[in-house]
Amino acid sequence: MEVQTTYNYKVVRQFAIMAVIWAIVGMAVGVLIAAQLVWPQLNFSELGEWFHFGRLRPLHTNAVIFAFGGCALFATSYYVVQRTCHTPLFAPGLATFTFWGWQAIIVLAAITLPLGITSGKEYAELEWPIDILIAAVWVAYAIVFFGTIAKRKVSHIYVANWFYGAFIIAVAILHIVNSGAMPVSFWKSYSFYAGAQDAMVQWWYGHNAVGFFLTAGFLGMMYYFVPKQAGRPVYSYRLSVVHFWALIFTYMWAGPHHLHYTALPDWTQSLGMLFSLILLAPSWGGMINGIMTLSGVWYKLRDDPILKFLIVSLSFYGMSTFEGPMMSVKTVNALSHYTDWTVGHVHSGALGWVAMVSIGSLYYLIPRMYGKTEMWSKDLVTLHFWIATIGIVLYIASMWISGVMQGLMWRATNADGTLTYAFIESVKASYPFWIIRVLGGLLFVVGMVIMLYNVIKTIAGAQPAEERVLPAPAAAH
Amino acid sequence: MDVNDWRALVTVLAFVSFLGIVGWAYSQRAKKRFDEAAQIPFLEEPPQAEQQKRE
Repeated sequence: MEVQTTYNYKVVRQFAIMAVIWAIVGMAVGVLIAAQLVWPQLNFSELGEWFHFGRLRPLHTNAVIFAFGGCALFATSYYVVQRTCHTPLFAPGLATFTFWGWQAIIVLAAITLPLGITSGKEYAELEWPIDILIAAVWVAYAIVFFGTIAKRKVSHIYVANWFYGAFIIAVAILHIVNSGAMPVSFWKSYSFYAGAQDAMVQWWYGHNAVGFFLTAGFLGMMYYFVPKQAGRPVYSYRLSVVHFWALIFTYMWAGPHHLHYTALPDWTQSLGMLFSLILLAPSWGGMINGIMTLSGVWYKLRDDPILKFLIVSLSFYGMSTFEGPMMSVKTVNALSHYTDWTVGHVHSGALGWVAMVSIGSLYYLIPRMYGKTEMWSKDLVTLHFWIATIGIVLYIASMWISGVMQGLMWRATNADGTLTYAFIESVKASYPFWIIRVLGGLLFVVGMVIMLYNVIKTIAGAQPAEERVLPAPAAAH
Repeated sequence: MDVNDWRALVTVLAFVSFLGIVGWAYSQRAKKRFDEAAQIPFLEEPPQAEQQKRE
């Protein structure tokens, strides 16, 4: 006899709703800092230094990656692991702790970063007391997730759980190693590492934050929500197994491509470039596996906006995982590095892939958390899809153009060897593209506000769903 | 042995084990199991069927 016979949906609900809210907050800060580049008055210098670009930019990246992306990952992983293991969450008390702990971390980040409290490591800016809290929440997350897998009623561990599991383990390792630091006061510490080693540890962390936080976890979403929404099993389960292990074996080595033409030894740069090129294969294998899940039911794409979100997210995943290896080639990187092209590439992945697949998954998830099967308004989901897509295209196209232009201007030389352009001339030439970027980002935020309205309408008056845990199926004994 | 020999050995072993995984994933023996595994997201009885069972 089961002690608890319903799935644990409360923590899923909490994380799902907060994902929508933090998305709006984080992306709105992004629009503000994009606008600051065009209209410097928006730094509000007369009020103090708290709203300067340098203070708010890490707030934007932390909010969208860890607050929005993190909440979406917690919500979907807790949902998927229960439903594919046919058992409620292990240690529900710890699951509740992960929710409140994660929200506390986000609030602490929103306070400390504008105050200038930072360790100065990109995507790992938070100071050591917050780092310790992150480690505690993450260990609790691992206990809940792997504990649930351990008490599963289905013998096979579904592939989505492999991706979520790899994401949880890798992020724990990355966070703990890269955050190694010597505190000198409560809000100041110095890294354990020095010089080129510090840079290499940082970008080993940084690129694997992309590889495991922003890719493996969201591939977990893909392997559950794309088949569910399409109503068909994944195109090739065998390919998903190879996809998983290829990704695990290669991603860890790609970090040095962030340090081309720096003090990092040349051979390390070349190794990073080579592994980045190899990464194209697993990335595209996974993308094809997701998209081909629709083979035979392509017509569903015509009038299902949730599938539109999911499939377009995979298209952007394919685009940015082609662009990434290309940019890691040293000769291409000589043009693209430190330009807006990098920013465009990141947002092609972050908005196009990570945000779109999360939005699609949340549109599937949220009504089911309240005993419904559909959002309040399907038309608003469709509207959200088109506004978001146009926003992304404006954003990345403008960054591509300004990035290549900046790279070409910086390397242009006159016949006598002097530089053709002063740096400020490339800044002035970038303004029109930065205005287009503000517009693209604004459209994306408007889409998220539409989503929040739709979510509020969907859950207003609805009772939180309680669903019985299903008995172990005979097919998978 | 020099530490670099060990590093080279680990790299080669990792590559060989990856090839092993590919061979295993595409072997005929694993096919049935993977076909079943692909159905896991759909092994959820509709609520009506469950109600009938309880009646």
